[in-house]
Amino acid sequence: MKPKLAFFDFTGCEGCQLEAINFEQELLDIINAAEIVNFREAMTEKSDDYDIAFIDGAITTERDVARIKEIRGRAKILVAIGACATIGGINCLKNFYSMEEVKRIVYGDCAHYYDTIPARPVDAVVPVDYYVYGCPMTRSEFLKVVKALLMGTRPEIPNCPVCVECKMAGNICVFERGMTCVGPVTRAGCNAICVTAGQICWGCRGLVDDPNADSEKEILAKHNLTPDEIIAKFRMFLGYSEVAK
Amino acid sequence: MTKKIEINVHHVTRVEGHGNIVLNAKNGKIEELRWEVVESPRFFEAMLRGRRYDDVIIIAPRICGICSLAHSTASIQACENAFGIVPSEQTLLLRKLLYDAETLQSHVLHYYFLTAPDLLGVGSVFPLVETHKDVVLMALRLKKLANDLADIVTGRKTHPISCVVGGFAKIPKPEELKAIQNRLKDALEDLEATVELSKSLSIPQFERETEFIALKDTQEYAFISGDIASTDTGTTPVANYLKITNEFCVPHSTAKFTKHNRDSYAVGALARFNNNHEQLSPRAKKAAQDLGLKAICHNPYMNNLAQLVEAIYVTEHAIEIIDQLLARGLKQEDTTVKPRAGRGIGAVEAPRGILFHDYTFDERGILKEANCIIPTNQNHNSIQKDFEALVPQILDRPENEIRLLLEMLVRSYDPCISCSAHLLNIEFR
Repeated sequence: MKPKLAFFDFTGCEGCQLEAINFEQELLDIINAAEIVNFREAMTEKSDDYDIAFIDGAITTERDVARIKEIRGRAKILVAIGACATIGGINCLKNFYSMEEVKRIVYGDCAHYYDTIPARPVDAVVPVDYYVYGCPMTRSEFLKVVKALLMGTRPEIPNCPVCVECKMAGNICVFERGMTCVGPVTRAGCNAICVTAGQICWGCRGLVDDPNADSEKEILAKHNLTPDEIIAKFRMFLGYSEVAK
Repeated sequence: MTKKIEINVHHVTRVEGHGNIVLNAKNGKIEELRWEVVESPRFFEAMLRGRRYDDVIIIAPRICGICSLAHSTASIQACENAFGIVPSEQTLLLRKLLYDAETLQSHVLHYYFLTAPDLLGVGSVFPLVETHKDVVLMALRLKKLANDLADIVTGRKTHPISCVVGGFAKIPKPEELKAIQNRLKDALEDLEATVELSKSLSIPQFERETEFIALKDTQEYAFISGDIASTDTGTTPVANYLKITNEFCVPHSTAKFTKHNRDSYAVGALARFNNNHEQLSPRAKKAAQDLGLKAICHNPYMNNLAQLVEAIYVTEHAIEIIDQLLARGLKQEDTTVKPRAGRGIGAVEAPRGILFHDYTFDERGILKEANCIIPTNQNHNSIQKDFEALVPQILDRPENEIRLLLEMLVRSYDPCISCSAHLLNIEFR
């Protein structure tokens, strides 16, 4: 029997679900090998019977908390996809204000209508079996994880910094171009796509397992970033981690 | 016998974001009829506060995964407007090209993946792989083309990378542009084949007279430039956008709605078509004619066909822009930015309608205040008013048919609810 896949979106931009639809030919292969039973952005049918649940978006309301627990209870395997689900991502930018302040900034007089809690990644609430990192999720990594799960093997996710892949891509170091980035502490797997496209690494794939955050902070300070600018750098995507506190 | 209708569509599917439809009627009398938006709020205006402009343009596209390029462009324009930066001719051409990719990608996704299943009587695109394989492959091909075009110009379609304040951090290679231009030419045939197929589909007949609002540029069919145009009241400069959007609270819902000259106004492909149809290319005009789309069209279901017409237009436009870029030659330009204190507004036509980003910066380019007005927010009120006009006309039909027509109506607006959630209430029933 084909394994049943389900996609669930929490608080986020739904770009990761879109990336899944964007697979073109590979999407057809996945449809051949598995049955998609839940995918609100793309289909009407819904089912509570599924084997593998893919979760995108961060947990930002009490309602989200209850819903993710329910999904975890039904799924045999739970995969967090994208920065919001895996590390909290940019949603955590609001965590540095009080929730009352956040609501007042955006909704003014209507603030009391809204329910919100500090944003958190999925594994802050329920256990997560596999992670597909990136904002948006790295597509090749998603395919790698889906293939491994359909074949019953464990996917290998890189645990070296983006710098390794950035060098392999032949890029001139961001620091040498007079800018700064958090690539030295960020998990590789993206082929340094942002630096290759002329920009910097913002850390959307989360920290490597043992990040040398102190020396990254030293380097940033050496490149004339103030303590506030350094902390702002870490808070962009990594607001939920200790390094951003 | 009492005829009771209870429709409660909890989370309309095949739309971007979470919305509910509630209809209760007894003996032909409507007791409750509401379009509810139930997306978790995301608080972008708070998230952007205190960030420097170069981070702002990276955070802002994350408002929406589907139209991240629209948010990126509006965000960059708002920064440039605040800092007094006038983009170069090359930058403008690249932005237009990128924007063609955005519009094509979003319209293809919406037309084939989210709308076509309704017109063909299935629940999703997946069963169509069996029954209409050639159409699905064509859709996938077109989507891949739009994504590849964006990849070439800005590194990635979802959450773009190279487009920055002041220009492009990296420019595409001429040979890449040439290669994709050939694929764009092939795509025109795919799109015209889609028009042929679509002629036989039956679009629900329903009209409600309303006001249509879109950008208007004297030079061309507007997507990223021009003034704000209304089919009722003519044009208004972008700087006065708040006079158009007039957000207000309504008693039965805590969601903020907008209105201008009437009870509600509509934005999106149909609004652009109704305001700017004369500026379409001959092939796009012919497609409109073949599809029975005629300005001013007041049938919201026709928005889907207006998207198809626009898909043809932007594909032709992209071919032309590439010709211009290749003829003038591409060079890496300096993108150094000197921030200054002040306010700036960016206005673009997101695939689903007019979008405003309004920022205030301090002298270091740190954002003090942001306001983003999203097309779907401007359409929520229109959806509600359409419901109120449509339901009395169809109340005698079977419940399933009513439900489908309401769902299709919501989907025809191609709502992007995650986007709009920065100022929408969540209330679960």
